[in-house]
Amino acid sequence: MTAPAIELSGIDKSFGSVHAVRGVSLAIEKGAITGIIGENGAGKSTLMSILYGLYRADAGEIRVDGKPVQMEGPRDAIRHGIGMVHQHFMLIDSFTVLENLILGAEGGPMLAAGLAAARAELARLSRDYGLTVDPDAKIADLSVGEQQRVEILKVLFRGARILILDEPSAVLTPQETDQLFRILATLKERGVTIVLITHKLREIMAATDRVFVMRQGQMVAERRTVDTDAEELAELMVGRKVRLHVDKAAPRRGEVRLKAEHLGLVDERGVRLLDDVGLELRSGEIVGIAGVSGNGQTELLQVLAGIRRPSNGRLVVCGRTIDAGHPGDPAEMRDLGVAHVPEDRQRQGMVAAFRASETSILGYHELPPFSQHYLLNGPAVGAHCARLMERFDVRPRVPGLRSSNFSGGNQQKLVLAREMARDPKVLLVGQPTRGVDIGAIEFIHRELVKSRDAGCAVLVVSVELDEILSLADRILVMFAGRIVGEVDGSRADERTLGLMMAGARWERGSPEPLMKRGEHRP
Amino acid sequence: MSGSGEPRSQQHEKKGRRVTLSRRPLPAWADIVLLPLVNVALAFLTVGIIVRIIGVDPFHALELLVAGAIGSPESIGYTLYYATNFIFTGLAVAVAFHGGLFNIGGEGQAYLGGLGCGLAILALDRYLPIWLMIPVGIIAAALFGAAWAAVPAWLQAWRGSHIVITTIMFNFVASALMVYLMVNVLIAPGSMTPQSRGFEPSAFLPQMGGNALNLSLLLALACCVAVWVFLWHTPWGYALRTMGHNPEAAVYAGTNLRHMTMLAMCISGGLAGFVGVNELMGVHHRIVLDFPAGYGFAGIAVALMGRNHPFGIALAALLFGALQQGGAELVFEIPKITRETVVLIQGLVILFSGALVQLPRPWLQALFSFRRS
Repeated sequence: MTAPAIELSGIDKSFGSVHAVRGVSLAIEKGAITGIIGENGAGKSTLMSILYGLYRADAGEIRVDGKPVQMEGPRDAIRHGIGMVHQHFMLIDSFTVLENLILGAEGGPMLAAGLAAARAELARLSRDYGLTVDPDAKIADLSVGEQQRVEILKVLFRGARILILDEPSAVLTPQETDQLFRILATLKERGVTIVLITHKLREIMAATDRVFVMRQGQMVAERRTVDTDAEELAELMVGRKVRLHVDKAAPRRGEVRLKAEHLGLVDERGVRLLDDVGLELRSGEIVGIAGVSGNGQTELLQVLAGIRRPSNGRLVVCGRTIDAGHPGDPAEMRDLGVAHVPEDRQRQGMVAAFRASETSILGYHELPPFSQHYLLNGPAVGAHCARLMERFDVRPRVPGLRSSNFSGGNQQKLVLAREMARDPKVLLVGQPTRGVDIGAIEFIHRELVKSRDAGCAVLVVSVELDEILSLADRILVMFAGRIVGEVDGSRADERTLGLMMAGARWERGSPEPLMKRGEHRP
Repeated sequence: MSGSGEPRSQQHEKKGRRVTLSRRPLPAWADIVLLPLVNVALAFLTVGIIVRIIGVDPFHALELLVAGAIGSPESIGYTLYYATNFIFTGLAVAVAFHGGLFNIGGEGQAYLGGLGCGLAILALDRYLPIWLMIPVGIIAAALFGAAWAAVPAWLQAWRGSHIVITTIMFNFVASALMVYLMVNVLIAPGSMTPQSRGFEPSAFLPQMGGNALNLSLLLALACCVAVWVFLWHTPWGYALRTMGHNPEAAVYAGTNLRHMTMLAMCISGGLAGFVGVNELMGVHHRIVLDFPAGYGFAGIAVALMGRNHPFGIALAALLFGALQQGGAELVFEIPKITRETVVLIQGLVILFSGALVQLPRPWLQALFSFRRS
């Protein structure tokens, strides 16, 4: 047997008092796809950053092709043939594919020679690996899947034989993800070694040959993918049995709490962000909005929460009619009984520099008992925060701690607790479990269902299809600012939704969806 | 949806984080007390070197400086009188800063505050008793200062003009306006110098001690407490700080950013306007030109050094007041040290405790982690 492509032994890394990686050893087989799975904060990204030279390990050894190496920085990693594709693309929108390719490897003071050499090399890579992309296309004109292909090409262009992909599917539709996996399979056939970092069990099962599971900085298991299943991996990740599916009874629908008719939104530059959106939200049901991020879901939530004023159409919330001439504002919507868990909790739902207790009254700070006789009632705020922490199991239970010092899952639980504390009539939730651990996901999903059963009208916007599928009683799919389809929650499946998310519409009488928009997508 | 930007930036960021994460944060007391003291010490070290180059014994100069600032009841009185102005302008900068606004217009707002206070007095001092005249003068100063800050605030909130630019420009407008008014309108009949008629004694703020120090100091201390209560113990202060830390979260919370910008700047301008109370009602007893004399700008350094907290601002104002008073004595005693040298000293203190405030932090952190291990 040949030496493994990469061998890590006894890797240890601490940040201050946080022991991020504890004595991790692993061997990555040459020419295979290896998955590394773990919850947020399990140490998988830190481990890969050590391998890529971004951090230096406190202890341990790295061997590439059997030879010990020192990784002082990404340059060393690239020299040893290791390349990394980041979760967020590092491309310059206004440059062409070729210009992006040579960035950082321009090859001389004049660009012409470097560009010509790059063009030849790109042609060779496309031939060898079956990765076609137009070298003269502007990045901004490419689809997200194609942009990711450019990222992979960038890494191969620098001579990488070992490819690390960090959460590559975060911005892709299910179809684009499948496409990516096909590319990875081709690369594997041509002898490229691939490391896939993800927290999505489905992707591990679909794409990898071997999987390592990390938990709390330690490597807790190694499995051949064919020998394991999603339930076992989930249990290994969390350290206890996890229910991946939400148990819920059939919805008991009541009155209409929120109704949007022909809702439209045009921004200052005249770009239409929402187009003729109609939806109805009844008490006792969870409506899910599926879609690839950036197709109007964010704007829809903002309009429903009163943050942005609709350009046309109208919105009826608990008896109040809102339209362009009679806009609402977030404070009024709260008074009407609309609670809003924003998509981006760090930027909207909390103030990083505030104490947890201060974050726990954001939006409710002018109401009694928090505000009395024009003064904030500190003890009441602290007690309120302590109660929320108790009920939603926010850890650590320290109301005086800075909000930014809580983990993502605990921040989200605190925001959710705050919004659910007043038993809202309508609950708008954006990305309920983005960046949240599996254990907390389970808890958050259960709370949302509980609130539905108590008669709340719940709207969930999520880019995670699994989440929409397991939570929603009714699913609306958004594409390019429009609602392109509605499916009953019990009858939805990933494939249909995926096609709708890519812009296909169901034509009456046709057994297959027709591609109407986004034909340029491969 | 795609990422843009320079591909290496994130790597640098990660490298940077590696450095900071491996060091422990300073304990709170070191952050609040030790760091500013080290900054001031560094500034004085630099000043010492410069003074030595001029050919003056730095220790002798330091002795004179300290004696000049706190050596006698009279000098202490002057130090506190200067400190009063620095408290007002420091608080003004801090309130705006907590709302994420950089108010550089303290100078002009102080000037206009003085105008408001003076106009109210010139109009009413013959009719009102002292216990009514003084509050009216104080309120007029606050209103005029606030109004002068409200214009840039409105321009930023509704028209998007950057407040740093507009407040700077408003300093010049204020200065020109005051010269025009003093020369053409408010000048006392028959006077050769551009100043108004003297106020009636009913508009004199009572003195504290024999010299310039007056009741404005108590007003300044009351403002410290009021600002502290406002920022940390009222729902409006809460909303203002939310806007400063995270405007998107403030919108989400239902705060109207335009109204909050107006509120923050009006409070800020009103506080700066109180400089006029200390100067005109407390000392000059008439409207004069150029009384803000840089206090508005120095307020930025005072707020920075005081970490935008009223308690810290009071301490920093005390230091700046002492420098002002001690520096004046120094010029008087040592001919080689000129007024410009004193400005240089103040400038270095501002540089080290303002712009370079984080400079000694890594050294202190290294020291602390060394001590622990």
